[in-house]
Amino acid sequence: MESVLGRYRNLIILVGVLFLQVLGLAVQVKRGNNNSEEKDTRLIRVWAVGALSPFERGIVWLQNSSGNIWHNYFYLRGVRAENRQLKEQIEHMRLEQVRLTEDASQARRLQTLLAFKEQFIAKTVAAQVIGSSGSDLSRVVYIDKGKNDGIDREMAVITADGIVGKVLLVYPNEAQVLLISDQSSGVGAILENSRLQGVLRGSANGEVVLERIMSDEAVQPGETVLTSGGDQIFPKGLHLGTVTKVGAGKDLFLNIKIRPAADLSKLEEVLVLTEKQERQATAEDHVRVRAADILAQRLPSVPDKPVTDPNAKSSASGVTASSSSKPASAAGTTAVGNAPAKTAANAGSSIKSVSVTGTQAGTKLTPATSQHPAGTLPAASGTARTAKPKTTTDSSTQAKSPSIQAIPTDSEPKPAVTTPPNPQPPAQEDSPQ
Amino acid sequence: MPITYTSGEQVEVYRFSIPVTVGVPLLALFLQAFVPLRFPRFAVYVDLPLLVTIFFAMARRSPVAGLFTGAVIGLAQDMLGHNPIGIYGIAKTVVGYGASSLGVKLDVENAGARFLVTLGFYLVHSAVYFTVARGMVNMTQTWSWPHGILAGLVNAFIGVFLYFLLDRFKQRT
Repeated sequence: MESVLGRYRNLIILVGVLFLQVLGLAVQVKRGNNNSEEKDTRLIRVWAVGALSPFERGIVWLQNSSGNIWHNYFYLRGVRAENRQLKEQIEHMRLEQVRLTEDASQARRLQTLLAFKEQFIAKTVAAQVIGSSGSDLSRVVYIDKGKNDGIDREMAVITADGIVGKVLLVYPNEAQVLLISDQSSGVGAILENSRLQGVLRGSANGEVVLERIMSDEAVQPGETVLTSGGDQIFPKGLHLGTVTKVGAGKDLFLNIKIRPAADLSKLEEVLVLTEKQERQATAEDHVRVRAADILAQRLPSVPDKPVTDPNAKSSASGVTASSSSKPASAAGTTAVGNAPAKTAANAGSSIKSVSVTGTQAGTKLTPATSQHPAGTLPAASGTARTAKPKTTTDSSTQAKSPSIQAIPTDSEPKPAVTTPPNPQPPAQEDSPQ
Repeated sequence: MPITYTSGEQVEVYRFSIPVTVGVPLLALFLQAFVPLRFPRFAVYVDLPLLVTIFFAMARRSPVAGLFTGAVIGLAQDMLGHNPIGIYGIAKTVVGYGASSLGVKLDVENAGARFLVTLGFYLVHSAVYFTVARGMVNMTQTWSWPHGILAGLVNAFIGVFLYFLLDRFKQRT
C-alpha cells in the first residue's frame, strides 16, 4: 500500500488539488445560480485586488503626472488653432442648444400631460480606471473609487461618449466594473429611429450585439442605439452605440452588431452614476431664445436711439413693447435684444414688430402681424431695439415672462441686457399648443 | 553553466529566493492586469502568468511544486476577473504539473525546446480552460484553432525571451 502511495504520490496530489478546485467551483456555480452576491468569494477577491491596486494606482498616478507636465508645459503646439476651432464649435453648439431647448420644453409639456416620471442623473462620481482582469474572457475593469466614495453595486458607469458598464463588485477603495462587451452583461436598449426595443449583450469574442429584435423588422446600419431604461440601472436615453451590421440570427431574431459609443478598449476616466432621481415631469418654461436672437446679439449693433414714443403699448393685454432685451412672450416669441434691425432681419429673414399681443396673461403671446422690411422698423420698434425693458402693467404677465440672457461678444462691448430670472417660474405656464 | 542533459539523474534542479518566488508571479499578474489598459490586444494573445507558471515548473522539476505553483497563480488570476474562482486555477494546475513532469524527463534549457513546450502547454491550458468554462460554468465559449495557434506562437515567442531573463534568478540547489 505504501509503495503504491509513494509511487503515485504526485498523481494523487494532483487529483486532490484538482478535486478541491472543482468542488469550490461547483459550490460557486450553484450559489451563483441562486443569485447570491458572491459573499463567499468576496474576501479572497479583496485580497487579490488589495495586493495589486496600490501598484496600479501608483503607475497611473505617475503616468498622469508625467503626461500633465508634458502636455501642459512643453507640448503646446497647435493650441491656438485648437482654441479657435473650439470657439467655432461653441458657436455651433449654442445654436444647436436653442433648437434642443425648444424640443425639450415641448417634450416636457407632453410628459406633463401624460404624467410621465422622469429619471434624472442627480449625482456622479468621477473615477479613474486603474486595472483590468487581464483576460479576454472576463471583460471587467477596476476603478479607483469604492465603498468609501459612495459607490455601490449595480450603479451605471458612463463616459461622455456613452455607456461603459455597471459596477459589479465594490471594495473599500476600488470597484469592479463589468463592461457591456462582456458576455454576461445585458442592457435594455432601444433603436433611436425605429423605437424597437431589445437587449444589448456582449459576446465571447468581445463583440456587442443587440438581441431580441424580430427578423421582420427593418434595422439599418448606422442607426443609433440608446438605453431604454428598462433594466432599472441605466437611465433612459443614454448613448449605447451604433448599428454596424444586420444579419439573420437564430430563432426569428436578427443578429445586429453594435459598435459601442464609448471606446471600451481605451478607458481612462469614467463617471459613476451614484444617484438617480425620479420625479414627475413638470412643464417649467425655461429660457426661450431663438437662433436668430443669438445671431443678432452677436452681431455689431447700431448706436442707441432716444426713445421717441414711450407710450407704445401692446394692442391687447397691456404688455408694453418697449423692451429691448426681454422677450415679450412666454410662448416662444422673443424680442430681438439690442441688435439692429438689419442684422436681425438677416438672421431671421424678416422683422416682426416687437409689439406683442397677449392672448391671455402669461400664457401665450403672439407677435403683431405687421412685418417690416429689413432696417425699416418703425419708431416703436426702434424703441424696442434700444430701450430698457419697460416692463409691464400686468403683474401676472411680468411674473411669467421668461428671461433672456444676452451673450457677450468678443468684438464689441454691448450694454448688459440681462434681465433677472424669474424667481418662481410658473409650472404650468404653457398650455400645449 | 547549467547542466542540460536529458538523463533524469543529471538534470539540474533549481530553486529561487522567496522575493523572486513571490515577486515574479505578482509582477506578471500586475502586468497582465495593467498592460491591457494601454494595449487591449495584450489580454487576447498574451498570458504572462502562464509563462511564469511554465518557467517555475520546468526549473524546479518537481511535479508537486509545479502543480501548487500553477494552482496559486491560477487562482490569483481568477480573483481578478468576475468569473467563478477556479477556472484558471484548474488549467494552470494541470500545466504546472505537466511542465514540471516534462522538465524532469527532457532537456528544456534551449530556446527551441522552450518554444515548443510553451506552445504546447498554451494549447493544453486553453483546452482545459475551455472544457471547464463550458462544461462546469456554462460559459459561452467558442474554440478557434487559428486563434489558439496564433496566441500560442505569440506566447512561445515572448516566453523564450522571458525565460532567459528569469534564468538570472535561478539558484542551484
